[in-house]
Amino acid sequence: MKSARLPSVGAVLILAVVLAWTLFPILWQALTSVKPDTDLVQLPPLLPLHPTLDHYEALFQQHPFSRVLLNSFAVAVFTTLAALTLGMLAAFPLARLPIRGKTLVLGLVLGCSMFPAIVTVGPLFIIIRALGLRDTWWALLISHTTFALPLTIWVLTNFLRELPEDLYRAARVDGCSPWQAFVRILLPLCRPGLTAAGILAFLFSWTEFLYAFTFTATEASRTVPVAIALFPGLHEIRWGEIAAASIVVTLPVLALVLLFHRHIVSGLTAGAVKG
Amino acid sequence: MRDRSEIHTGYALLVPALAVLAVVAIYPILGLFWLSLRQRILPFGIDAFIGLDNFRLLVQTPRFWNSLGVTCYFAVLSVTLEVTLGLSIALLLARRFPGVGWMRAVILLPWAIPTVVTAKMWDWMYQPELGILNYFLRASGLTTEPVNWLGTPSLAIHAAIVADVWKTTPFVVILLLAGLALIPSDVYRAASLDGASPWQTFRHITLPLLRPILMVVVLFRMIDALRAFDLLYVMTSGGPADTTETLSIYAYKMLFQTLQFGYGSAIGVVMFMLVALVSLFQLWVGRRDSRRFVRARS
Repeated sequence: MKSARLPSVGAVLILAVVLAWTLFPILWQALTSVKPDTDLVQLPPLLPLHPTLDHYEALFQQHPFSRVLLNSFAVAVFTTLAALTLGMLAAFPLARLPIRGKTLVLGLVLGCSMFPAIVTVGPLFIIIRALGLRDTWWALLISHTTFALPLTIWVLTNFLRELPEDLYRAARVDGCSPWQAFVRILLPLCRPGLTAAGILAFLFSWTEFLYAFTFTATEASRTVPVAIALFPGLHEIRWGEIAAASIVVTLPVLALVLLFHRHIVSGLTAGAVKG
Repeated sequence: MRDRSEIHTGYALLVPALAVLAVVAIYPILGLFWLSLRQRILPFGIDAFIGLDNFRLLVQTPRFWNSLGVTCYFAVLSVTLEVTLGLSIALLLARRFPGVGWMRAVILLPWAIPTVVTAKMWDWMYQPELGILNYFLRASGLTTEPVNWLGTPSLAIHAAIVADVWKTTPFVVILLLAGLALIPSDVYRAASLDGASPWQTFRHITLPLLRPILMVVVLFRMIDALRAFDLLYVMTSGGPADTTETLSIYAYKMLFQTLQFGYGSAIGVVMFMLVALVSLFQLWVGRRDSRRFVRARS
């Protein structure tokens, strides 16, 4: 790694292009969301000359958007908690205990994360319909947790493996059972790993479309991505409201990415670089 | 030091996660294979075993071959562009300069936002009359007539690929940055002492050392691109004239629009095989590489 110094003019120009390419579509959506309808049916003006929050108001007053937002939030939070609990329980034996078939289990888990969602959506739909779970949070919670679980297990197993083995051994010598050693000694040290895995699980559920689109029918369980895809437009597409909804659903993502950027990166690379 | 309590606790703790995966992932996959051998049309209560008839029908249907072609075209072109662009950006951001940490965070944004939002965003920019893209093209004198990006058969798939590249390049950048960080700086110092040009350093040092992680990135991206659904479904629903209809979209329409669960599942089986084939191929290449590496060192 070279020492820190100012990059050359050429590099700065390329960086500016990369930044513009990355941010322009999001910025344009933000500008669209605050333009009144009269400014959306023509171009120019490029910039909102009469900025307004009309589209945001319409979102919450003319559409059941607060309910949809609640659905998304509840499903994502419960998915995160469920995936972390199940993932943590499985990661401990996979990382520390002398059981057989670890490689097989990890391979199976990895395999589960690779097949396309479209492969299971049909059979799952039949099961969910038979159980009467259509259009409930349960349908989404179950499918999202299962899809978030493989990554959670991988991230947490990798994290536990990197903790010094002596910690666990010492607790055992001091008379802890394996379970006590796990809960009292290892678990409190796992916060960074849990944060990384938790954010990935949350983002996965928050942005998931295929299952949410298939298993929901009304605003009783519809999530934000589905609502945006199905935005009602009687005669024309309501671009202003779509843009406003896009910005609302993007804000939590923006906060997570800027605050927990390092956790996300460590989570994403856990499986790829070492495995 | 190994005792029975550790082994018992170990298996007991694995049970919940494995049970969930078995019921909600593995059982539905077996269900898919089972359904693909049946004629099952939900609203009419039709449910009968028909052997391989669904697959026989599949290979005789031009629409299936079209969607297989679209899937491969989309996946190969997207992944090629993403990896090329991602590698360039990663090399740029691997250097240290003021604000690089901030830039590495910002670059993640397209990856993290919902794909549905990406689709709507680009759909809006691609609009023939009101879209910003055509505005720029007209303002700069490159076109006089508005281009119908998503409505023209030869353009729509490429417009979708651009949106996909925007969305998924950050993932490539992040993984390659992690790979670049693993290359020891001594190697670069030695190269610069030997008078290697930047291109020689990249070609003979960075690229070979990055190869294992590069293979993983290509595998992950390839699997993801082969199952692409959200972006295309929301942007074009497979149109115009089925030119953006991937296997995922074809399967989805057969399953949930015509409710032919048997035939739709047969398409699902083909997708499963395709992904499995790509994974096995990459695994094989990876193994061969590491064997060569071991031989070269001994």
